[in-house]
Amino acid sequence: MIINSRFFNRSELIGFVSLAVLLFLILPLSLDIFRLNLVAKYLTYAFVGIGLVLCWGYGGILSLGQGVFFGLGGYCMAMFLKLEASSVANTKIQSTPGIPDFMDWNQLTAVPMFWKPFYSFPLTVLAIIIVPGIFAFIIGAAMFKRRVGGVYFAIITQAIAAILTILIVGQQGYTGGINGITDLRTLYGWDIRTDHAKFILYFVEVVLLFGCIIAAQFIRLTKLGRILVAMREQEDRVRFSGYSVANFKIFAFCAAAIFAAVGGAMFTLEVGFMSPSFVGIVPSIEMVIYTAVGGRMSIFGAVYGSLLVNFAKTMLSESFPQLWLFGLGGLFIAVVLAFPSGLSGIWADYVQPRIDRLLSSRKPKAAWTESSVADGAPAE
Amino acid sequence: MLIGHQPKEFLLAVSGLTVSFDGFKAVNDLSFYVEENEIRVIIGPNGAGKTTVLDLICGKTKATEGSIQFRGKELTKLKENEIVKTGVGRKFQTPSVFEDLSVFENLEISFPRGRSVFGSLTFQRDAKVKERVEEVAEMIFLKDKLSTYADELSHGQKQWLEIGMLLIQDPDLLMLDEPVAGMSVSERAKTAELLNRIIKNRSVLVIEHDMKFVEDIAHKVTVLHQGQILSEGTMEKVKNDPKVIEVYLGH
Amino acid sequence: MFGDYSLGDLGAILAMQGFAGLILFSVYVLMALGLAIIFGQMGVINMAHGEFMILGAYVTWMTSTTVQHYAPWLFPGYFFIAMTLAFIASGSLGMLVEWAMIRHLYRRPLDTLLATWGLSLILQQAYRSVFGAREVGVELPDWMMGSWQATDSIQIPINGMFVMALTILITIAVSYVLFWSSWGKQVRAVVQNRVMAGAVGINTEKVDRYTFGLGCGIAGIAGSAFTMIGSTGPTAGQLYIVDTFLVVVFGGAASLLGTIASAFSISQTQSTLEFFMSGSMAKVITLLTIVAILMMRPQGLFALKVRK
Ligand SMILES: Nc1ncnc2c1ncn2[C@@H]1O[C@H](COP(=O)(O)OP(=O)(O)O)[C@@H](O)[C@H]1O
Ligand SMILES: [Mg+2]
Repeated sequence: MIINSRFFNRSELIGFVSLAVLLFLILPLSLDIFRLNLVAKYLTYAFVGIGLVLCWGYGGILSLGQGVFFGLGGYCMAMFLKLEASSVANTKIQSTPGIPDFMDWNQLTAVPMFWKPFYSFPLTVLAIIIVPGIFAFIIGAAMFKRRVGGVYFAIITQAIAAILTILIVGQQGYTGGINGITDLRTLYGWDIRTDHAKFILYFVEVVLLFGCIIAAQFIRLTKLGRILVAMREQEDRVRFSGYSVANFKIFAFCAAAIFAAVGGAMFTLEVGFMSPSFVGIVPSIEMVIYTAVGGRMSIFGAVYGSLLVNFAKTMLSESFPQLWLFGLGGLFIAVVLAFPSGLSGIWADYVQPRIDRLLSSRKPKAAWTESSVADGAPAE
Repeated sequence: MLIGHQPKEFLLAVSGLTVSFDGFKAVNDLSFYVEENEIRVIIGPNGAGKTTVLDLICGKTKATEGSIQFRGKELTKLKENEIVKTGVGRKFQTPSVFEDLSVFENLEISFPRGRSVFGSLTFQRDAKVKERVEEVAEMIFLKDKLSTYADELSHGQKQWLEIGMLLIQDPDLLMLDEPVAGMSVSERAKTAELLNRIIKNRSVLVIEHDMKFVEDIAHKVTVLHQGQILSEGTMEKVKNDPKVIEVYLGH
Repeated sequence: MFGDYSLGDLGAILAMQGFAGLILFSVYVLMALGLAIIFGQMGVINMAHGEFMILGAYVTWMTSTTVQHYAPWLFPGYFFIAMTLAFIASGSLGMLVEWAMIRHLYRRPLDTLLATWGLSLILQQAYRSVFGAREVGVELPDWMMGSWQATDSIQIPINGMFVMALTILITIAVSYVLFWSSWGKQVRAVVQNRVMAGAVGINTEKVDRYTFGLGCGIAGIAGSAFTMIGSTGPTAGQLYIVDTFLVVVFGGAASLLGTIASAFSISQTQSTLEFFMSGSMAKVITLLTIVAILMMRPQGLFALKVRK
């Protein structure tokens, strides 16, 4: 394929390889399993971040409801694990054995119909992709076809996040309420709580993450990626070039939702529970800030942003809890006011030129076809 | 006037077109007809409703009443992107190009292929695309700027780029809203030359204030005033129409 | 669920819930008024608006304790002092924020949203550090307690009526300022064409600063009213921000009348539903209805047709 004659340009390739080395080698070799599991947890937000890069950075569609999709993915996975953990043998002491404990506490006597498919793992995996995808499609179609965008879209997605949280908390019998779905144990009989399992799950997640990175990079390099950028700048011009702008926005939003859902499902596996505190307004907007810190136009930036901000959060809120909110708030303001392209922008402006000078490439400037692909948009 | 003609002889037949913004009729019961390969210029004082007419034809604004027939298709019922596909291209008054993309990419996006979501995911930048982009870039004097980002272009170059983006669509009806406004004298001359070259084999609807320019290119002129046609015909005829002289050319 | 009540009962319930919703309505109106001014007139999304409200609530609380302690004879009227102080405090903070942050972000509404969210986190933590995490509540003077027996089955709380009256007054004052005063004309001139307004000699920076300050100041007054229905804590404001934004959007931004009508319908729906189901389900249904309506009519209920 011509457009993909260079899937990554040189600096992207460096970014890709160094991220692979970091995640596949350095971190697993240097961290104990507890810390590695923390990294795995942070990385689940990188899935959301990559989606936001496409949808917000490229398409200009700011969703403040990504927690909804993260949560949908997470709850699908959690329900599967919960049903497996609620075998009759494990739940003999309940008044209705064989159903999840929270259902029993809320006087349910049978698993409701809509949770039934989650007895099957293949159906669960399907649901993790399809449910958020369809949900995003409905929201997107309703809004974008009517030309709702910008801040209106942001606020409505935020309201949807609020609604879903209240609903989950309110419908304890079906969702586990405020505590969420907890006490998850095995996946097909394989205990996910052991160190060994955590180690393996980490690698599964990193492989999936690289899958998402490659998928996002692919989308970015196709004409669709350029149309997203074009749309962000001059929506009307895209429309009058013969494109249905709404369809492209729906695509970007659905893609972001599915990425987020995969992250959510992995979150459940890594952490062993899912709760409404990862669905609502606050987590959703925090996911946006991870992306902004990494650089809203940079796929790799989203990964580093998720890692660094969450790392800082853990460090600060362990030792100086009162400082954390000041730090996070300051970060929001600083990124927006002073560093709109985030860490990747700082890298591209200050670090990359130095490296280039050191390596001082003698290659002639690339021809236009190549450079217009490679430089199609600023990245790492 | 043109009452006796069958509408289907015309490329574009606008009849009884009215749009009202909260009671204010920006375009009021407007009818006019454009033939194949005709170059029609719309003139009129500011606020006459010229831009609104183009907005109505290309679907940006929905008509309150009336019909717009293009090659026998009713445009008022179509969405913007569908109107583009029937062969109508529109240039805006202020240059609207994609500043974060290169000149090449700007032109490529307008290339009429792979316009669906799936189509754009599988779109290939093949020899045909490159050839066409280079050909158009040559026409719009931007051949050596293909890898330049559009935000680095001058105002005039952006106007040309937008015209180029329309050319690559190869529309049957080209609508240009004040294409030479804000251009330097030399850019103006080049644009006139450009327009004279690209109007071959298609109909063109131009809004322009520059009378010299209008005289140069117009087959027929329509004078708009307060959303209605004040006068229509050759430049010669329009220029000598006392009504026109009073409201427009007079000052 | 309606079956258990007779028609007369139902009427009384609706009326009672309606009056109970008055304070919520007032808080919504005052919050939304401020937001609508800031968003409608300046295009800025102020996510920290709830924190400006809470500042007003804390000021009210401080005034009430200070007055109780040092000047008990003033207590019956302390609310008026508190409200003035709340307006001044939130308004000045608003002007400071406009100067330090917002003015760099005009024309980037999504970025104002993120930056003001950051500000809201900082303010929340600041309140926690200064006032403690514990929620505080004010004591009302005697004359505001109790309620007025309208009929034998309908009681109307006096503080509700008081806040209501106050809200109406403030709304009228704000409309006056925005629509009839010369300053309001300047504000609208800046909204319509910033460059032209600057060219004809309007100090656009000053107009922006005072507009933002006014919006935040009204939020401060909302905070005063808020102390009557809820206890004040560092994060209490956050609970209101999404609701009030929906009020603004639902009413059609930039239309004050729309804002009031939408605040009224939303608060009344919410408090009526609350009688028949749990508070959380009432909220879900209210929010869902708004979102559904907004999806069908994105310009809001009372929006004017404006040129894009
Ligand atoms: N979407 C709209 N809403 C309200 N008024 C409009 C809209 N579009 C155009 N107008 C009004 O219609 C009139 C004609 O405008 P326009 O077509 O731009 O004039 P011209 O291009 O001839 O200078 C103007 O008075 C303008 O204010
Ligand atoms: Mg015009």
